[in-house]
Amino acid sequence: MDRTLDLTAALGRVVIGFLRSVGAIAIFAAEAISHLVRPPFHGRLFLKAFIEIAWFSLPVVALTAVFTGMVLALQSYTGFSRFNAEGAVANVVVLSITRELGPVLAGLMVAGRIGAAFAAEIGTMRVTDQIDALSTLSTNPMKYLVTPRILAGTLALPLLVVVADILGVMGGWLIGTQQLGFASGAYLKSTFDFLHAADVISGLIKAAVFGFVITLMGCWAGYQSGGGAQGVGRATTSAVVASSILILALDYILTAILFAR
Amino acid sequence: MSDTPKIRLRGLTKAFGSKVVLDGVDLDIRARHSMVILGGSGSGKSVTLKCILGLITPDAGTIEIDGQDVARMSRREREALNDRIGMLFQNGALFDSLPVWENVCFKLLAQRRISRRAARDKAAEVLAQVGLAASVGDLSPAELSGGMQKRVGLARAIAAEPDIIFFDEPTTGLDPIMGAVIDGLIVDCVEKLGATAVSITHDMASARRIGDDAAMIHKGRIVWRGGAANLGETGNAMVDQFARGEREGPIQMELRK
Repeated sequence: MDRTLDLTAALGRVVIGFLRSVGAIAIFAAEAISHLVRPPFHGRLFLKAFIEIAWFSLPVVALTAVFTGMVLALQSYTGFSRFNAEGAVANVVVLSITRELGPVLAGLMVAGRIGAAFAAEIGTMRVTDQIDALSTLSTNPMKYLVTPRILAGTLALPLLVVVADILGVMGGWLIGTQQLGFASGAYLKSTFDFLHAADVISGLIKAAVFGFVITLMGCWAGYQSGGGAQGVGRATTSAVVASSILILALDYILTAILFAR
Repeated sequence: MSDTPKIRLRGLTKAFGSKVVLDGVDLDIRARHSMVILGGSGSGKSVTLKCILGLITPDAGTIEIDGQDVARMSRREREALNDRIGMLFQNGALFDSLPVWENVCFKLLAQRRISRRAARDKAAEVLAQVGLAASVGDLSPAELSGGMQKRVGLARAIAAEPDIIFFDEPTTGLDPIMGAVIDGLIVDCVEKLGATAVSITHDMASARRIGDDAAMIHKGRIVWRGGAANLGETGNAMVDQFARGEREGPIQMELRK
């Protein structure tokens, strides 16, 4: 009986701790968003974060997209050739990239790069009193550190996904025409005939949500960090792990909502 | 002249979990005077300072600045109060991502009181007040020595000409000569601005140099108040033991055997 009670109490503590964290993150996000409409605005910091996310993540996102498109073409060709449906390769590549793989893989790459970088930078500022220094210098740390980064992430990731979509389809086209024997014109026609605006738009909506979540979790983890270098390391790890899991979970939820029949 | 102290603390209490850090701190700090708060590590000095600055919310007690209870202030009033406060952090807390000149003029730029072009000239002027060349303004904080970082931190604290300045362990980590230089700069800057200064330190030489008044905090309570000039010969056993750095006395370090 005691053992059962202990287990129940432990489970309760975990659930309460989880709910408390969710509540704290929601309040943190709400405060960051509220600063979007309350001056002063830090346009220079937004621009800096936007370039950091959109421009400097471009190589890793581009490479991921190209290789994913190439692998997708190869794998789908192998599978479809078993029941003479090779003609569907271009359709599968474009749908998979625009709806799922473009936003998810770009999100995961950016989570690794930007989520970790934001958590480390803000975490270091926390443990070296720089965040307290901001408060004593008449500057709201949330407005200065968090809001520009979250806005930049929410706007930059859809742009990266547009690039990922184009390069992913190009990767499939490259393998399709150079290795699998498709005619270039036919492959592209098949791609564009099958693609609907909703496929691309749903991917961009997902990207905006993922960009918000990645930057939110990076800033949150850094803001809450403590305990010196080890604390900053923990914040970095938790930012990447939390945003990666959230990307995958939200991908399912958004897919269910956006493509509900 | 009004007898109202610049800063008045009454019954200030703060605990972190089961650890009581401040246990009813009462302290008056006179306007245009320099108060030094002494105390060992973990005695509650930094928490007291952070409570006054609004960085930590006390569990109980009142903090009055110019007779106004800060807990009753609106957000706008609190921001206006912060505009009149400068702070030198123990490790400088300079912003790594900004050059020195932007660090120095950060508050003026944040409040749009100055253009970026004018801020460079202003930074050079304030850096000169703390004995640094204008060329230092273009360096990154990571390129500065510990003493230079402290001086830049001091320049940042005084750039907006505050009327209350806080100094957190201003000489910690510096050699004795550089410590004396920083203390001299602090005294000069505070006198020139006509500001009220509050310093926390456990450096006795520094306390005597920069303080008019002194108070000692021990286990979260103020245990002595008096003049800073006579530290070491106060007649209070705790203060005298602390000032002389003696192992034996009423203050016993909790060492695990």
